[in-house]
Amino acid sequence: MAPINFVRNEMLAPSAPPVREAGAVKWLRENLFSGVFNTILTLVGIYVIYSIIVAALPWWLNSVWNAGSLSECREIVAAQAGEGATGACWAMIRERWHQFIFGFYPSELYWRPVLAFGLLVAALAPVLFGGQKRNLTMILAVVAAFLLVTLWMAGAPLVVFVLSMAVVLGMIAVAQAGSGKLLWFTALYPALCFWLLWGGSIWLPVVAMLGFVVLGVAYLALVGRTSPMTAAGVGVVLALAWWFILDKPLTEALFAALPWGIEAVASDQFGGFLLAITIGVTAIGFSLPIGILLALGRQSDMLIVKTLCVGFIEFIRGVPLITLLFTASLLLQYFLPPGTNFDIILRVIILVTLFAAAYLAEVIRGGLAALPSGQYEAADALGLDYWRAQRLIILPQALKISIPSIVSTFIGLFKDTTLVAFVGLMDPLKGVTQIVRADINWKGIYWEPYIFVGAIFFVICFGMSRYSMHLERKLKTDHR
Amino acid sequence: MAVASDVPKDSFRLSMLIYDTRYRSITIQVFVLILFALFVAWLLNNTAENLATRGKEFNFGFLWQRAGYDIGQQLIPYTNDSNHFRALLVGLVNTLVVAIIGCVLATVIGVVVGVLRLSNNWLIGRLMTVYVEMFRNVPLLLWILLSYVILSETTPQPRDFRITDEMAAAGEAPAASMILWDTVAVTNRGTNIPSPLFDRGLGSLDLGFLSVNLTALAYILVIGGSIWVNSRIIAAARARQEATGDRPVTWWKTLAVLFGPVIALSVGLGLHMEVPALTGFNFQGGILVAHSFTALVIALALYTAAFIAEIVRAGILAISRGQSEAAFALGLRPGRTMNLIILPQALRVIIPPLISQYLNLTKNTSLGIAVSYLDLRGTLGGITLNQTGRELECMLLMMLIYLTISLIISAVMNFYNSSVQIKAR
Amino acid sequence: MKKSVFLGVVAATTMVAGVASAQATLETVKARGELICGSNTGLTGFGAPDASGNWVGFDVDLCRAIAAAVFGDPTKVKFVPTTGETRFTALQSGEVDVLIRNSTWTLSRDTELALDFVAVNYYDGQGFMVKSDLGVSSAKELDGATVCIQTGTTTELNLADFFKQNNISYQPVTVADDSEAQRQYLAGACDAYTTDASGLAASRATMPDAANHVILPEIISKEPLGPVVRHGDSNWGDIVRWTYFALLIAEEKGITKANVEEVATSTADEEVKRLLGLSGDMGAKIGLDNAAFKNAIASVGNYGEIFAANIGEGTAINLARGLNALWTQGGLQYAPPFR
Repeated sequence: MAPINFVRNEMLAPSAPPVREAGAVKWLRENLFSGVFNTILTLVGIYVIYSIIVAALPWWLNSVWNAGSLSECREIVAAQAGEGATGACWAMIRERWHQFIFGFYPSELYWRPVLAFGLLVAALAPVLFGGQKRNLTMILAVVAAFLLVTLWMAGAPLVVFVLSMAVVLGMIAVAQAGSGKLLWFTALYPALCFWLLWGGSIWLPVVAMLGFVVLGVAYLALVGRTSPMTAAGVGVVLALAWWFILDKPLTEALFAALPWGIEAVASDQFGGFLLAITIGVTAIGFSLPIGILLALGRQSDMLIVKTLCVGFIEFIRGVPLITLLFTASLLLQYFLPPGTNFDIILRVIILVTLFAAAYLAEVIRGGLAALPSGQYEAADALGLDYWRAQRLIILPQALKISIPSIVSTFIGLFKDTTLVAFVGLMDPLKGVTQIVRADINWKGIYWEPYIFVGAIFFVICFGMSRYSMHLERKLKTDHR
Repeated sequence: MAVASDVPKDSFRLSMLIYDTRYRSITIQVFVLILFALFVAWLLNNTAENLATRGKEFNFGFLWQRAGYDIGQQLIPYTNDSNHFRALLVGLVNTLVVAIIGCVLATVIGVVVGVLRLSNNWLIGRLMTVYVEMFRNVPLLLWILLSYVILSETTPQPRDFRITDEMAAAGEAPAASMILWDTVAVTNRGTNIPSPLFDRGLGSLDLGFLSVNLTALAYILVIGGSIWVNSRIIAAARARQEATGDRPVTWWKTLAVLFGPVIALSVGLGLHMEVPALTGFNFQGGILVAHSFTALVIALALYTAAFIAEIVRAGILAISRGQSEAAFALGLRPGRTMNLIILPQALRVIIPPLISQYLNLTKNTSLGIAVSYLDLRGTLGGITLNQTGRELECMLLMMLIYLTISLIISAVMNFYNSSVQIKAR
Repeated sequence: MKKSVFLGVVAATTMVAGVASAQATLETVKARGELICGSNTGLTGFGAPDASGNWVGFDVDLCRAIAAAVFGDPTKVKFVPTTGETRFTALQSGEVDVLIRNSTWTLSRDTELALDFVAVNYYDGQGFMVKSDLGVSSAKELDGATVCIQTGTTTELNLADFFKQNNISYQPVTVADDSEAQRQYLAGACDAYTTDASGLAASRATMPDAANHVILPEIISKEPLGPVVRHGDSNWGDIVRWTYFALLIAEEKGITKANVEEVATSTADEEVKRLLGLSGDMGAKIGLDNAAFKNAIASVGNYGEIFAANIGEGTAINLARGLNALWTQGGLQYAPPFR
């Protein structure tokens, strides 16, 4: 009798885990139905999604892309999907999309705002990606590709094509040597952007920029002989004199001698997203230096300076933007010398700048407060005076921490630019929509323009907010 | 003994105003002050000149003229014979109502969404993320316009509620019916809700510029009194608990104190509800909550709630994991952990940004202009400005009022904030 | 460095705009090289930009006529969209030279706001539109009705007065603009929509079921709509007024855009000769070219043509001339003698 061998010498295949503990079922159990409460939530969630789909899907599916008017759209939908069916009429967007994007900007000049926008990214890149050669090169390459495509689509003249490519590729080349020099392009960009958008004589931005050269030269000439503050003060006074006295005759004289320029576009041609971006970017750009000064003023020991700064900041932050816009439109002309008259877009930009400056001041104050006091003390210990300490030690760090908040402020401001519709400007959301609806062909169209504009806003703002979150993680140099 | 006074005393020279740090800040301040004064003087001078060239004068007398227009939503008595100041007050009340209801709603939604975003329910987590990102990245103006369109396009017309003779004969139901036991009618004009009426109302006391509704006052006093008495009862119970260790049963006392007097007062005054009914073109009776109001509140609340949700989420995440682990170790269930351990701590992180969200919401009520909600901007800064042509006075007054509201909110919230912060000892 | 853009723009705009109110408007306009006309933010038929951004409409054509009279070129005009709130301020502050934007001539606007209404290019009146199945045939039957009304206009005051006089009640629903009002009305959010009768007719004409809507017979107010200029510059007011009258006289005399040149060569009518600058110095009397009015007519046509092209019968808006017919045809449009 052979002994019975009780020792297993081959392994059974492991049995499959219970259905409830594996695969999709496990995932469902853990993530959707892990308890009574969660189950209810899930069911509610499914119901919400279901009702949204039921309400909106037929409308999307019946979209009409080719039609000359809303009534034609309705006929097509009725023919396709039967009486009483609803359908989106995207034909309106097809016909009017350019007004939502560019307003009334002359269509043969669309390449100018496109180029200005592309170069804006190129100008911001050295600021945001200071020392990182790889990122910088990458972003500049993206700009080059973007410009290549969009300039071609906008039908830019060949010379513009070549020039802009040369500029961007040149920047890439310079970036390989070191990004510091690229900041010069950033410094020149505002003048370039102004010239591209508004056009006109090239001497206008050039002469205005020379004012800063005057300031710089005066400062450097005096700074050794007198205190930096006096030097800066004299520089500012000279620059102001340049702008207010010499600027205009000089520009005119130069233009008479060398009439170089491109076709001028008046501000009232601006509309749609072009207007929103122009107002948003200019306001943030101007408000940054003002915001820094206000933030420093608010932290200052000088009672009067501090009171004035706090008063300004709290006043601006205490009133709705819309009242400031109405101020721009209704009141600003009361406050300026009789007869002064400049266009509403500029007045709006001034007020939006003041608005943004107050918010930025608070953001930067947050950055200043977040710096460990050791930094201030170390700067004092090195014997740096106030401005040197700010310039070399405090502000670079404070601004770096503030970048994500500055981006959020910009997102908020960009969204708020839609409010300019209430003073008669052609913002994409209400202004352009309103003129489109005043067209007899599109009278009675509601959802489509809102969805179109909303989607563009979402893409831009979502992209920026994701980017600022990325920056926030990257800039976190502490290791808490 | 060598003291600081041994430093040679220079006689004061003028250049010290610039070079001597002791005096420089004074120089700068005086300089700034002079510049500021000059600037203000320049502005005032310009304004005076501009007013003169336009043949206008600066005074607020127009506020006492007859307004002449009607306001759809009026929470204080107003007719078109009232003056512009009265219209201003109506607008101000309308602004405040939107702001208060909006803040409360936004806080509730925001906290719920913020907590749900952290829930381990995959679907809900994703849905909440979609909601938050959608509302944060699209202009508020769009949400206001959209919610208004949705409200007025998806709700039935008043005539759909009507039962005609033929329908009654055929036994058909009308296309739409009232909800909540036939007391609330949602039409595309607004929501008609029942209004309280009193058989034996107390009337109102006229104080010249405003009249005080004595019935409302009586309710406020009674409810306030009840709450105070209830807090005394609970305090007594707590004292007892601390002294003896067992807590007396108070819930029936609380119920009686909170509801007894109010019910007694209502019965005494003969409270009954006036239910809206369809007569003529519209539902009559009850209170009409216009859709411009509802849309504004909903859009503001949802928009602000998306921001509050992020604040709440960040606040919760800021509490270290050890806290919740310790709570679990003590045997607390997740719900109680959230309520008793996490939220009270997170509150300290949450409140400061919450204040600025409340301020934003309050300022954003001015976007009621998009749906023509007659708030402060709609009355004072809209129709009154238009009819009288006093833009300078109207705009300055309006800014002043908004500024005051903002300052009051931030003062109150900062006071609350300082009371919940951990006291540094 | 960002400041340069700011100063650049200041410089640019001050160069373009110059100093406005200090000198006569005509001088300013001429120096600037274009007329700035305050327009609607978009009102079907009266003023809105088309798909290519060109402004078209009844009010817009009057602006073009003035530009043609001043410059001989109807394209030398810029349109600044103004809202109900901003329109008069824009005019007072010199931001626009003339406001042609459905503005009602009232005493207080004429006096208190320091403006001058120089003509009436459209006689309008406030009316009501209701759905025909509402079973209402008179505005006096609207007791308890919900009425949609645009804010920022005289219509609010008229509406309040009308219901008060007739001792009936209503629930106002204020809306921001015409298209919003139309949406609300169509959705049934209001029983009646009130605005100027022209606006009602325009709205009704564009509705898919126009036959189901009626405009009630009551016209509850007079709404003389016309061009507005700043008070105190009567020369400029004269230019606007007489350009408008020239268009009226052109219609009266049968001068059209097409035949103006032909008439100029063949006419024997002395008034027509004066109008077209063939005799006399009518243009020079108000500081313009003698051919100014001829240019205006040649560029946009006479009053009847403007009316027919933008809002008249045959367009989608389909307004009858009614009160706006010439006085010779029983209307109110009447120009003083051109001499």
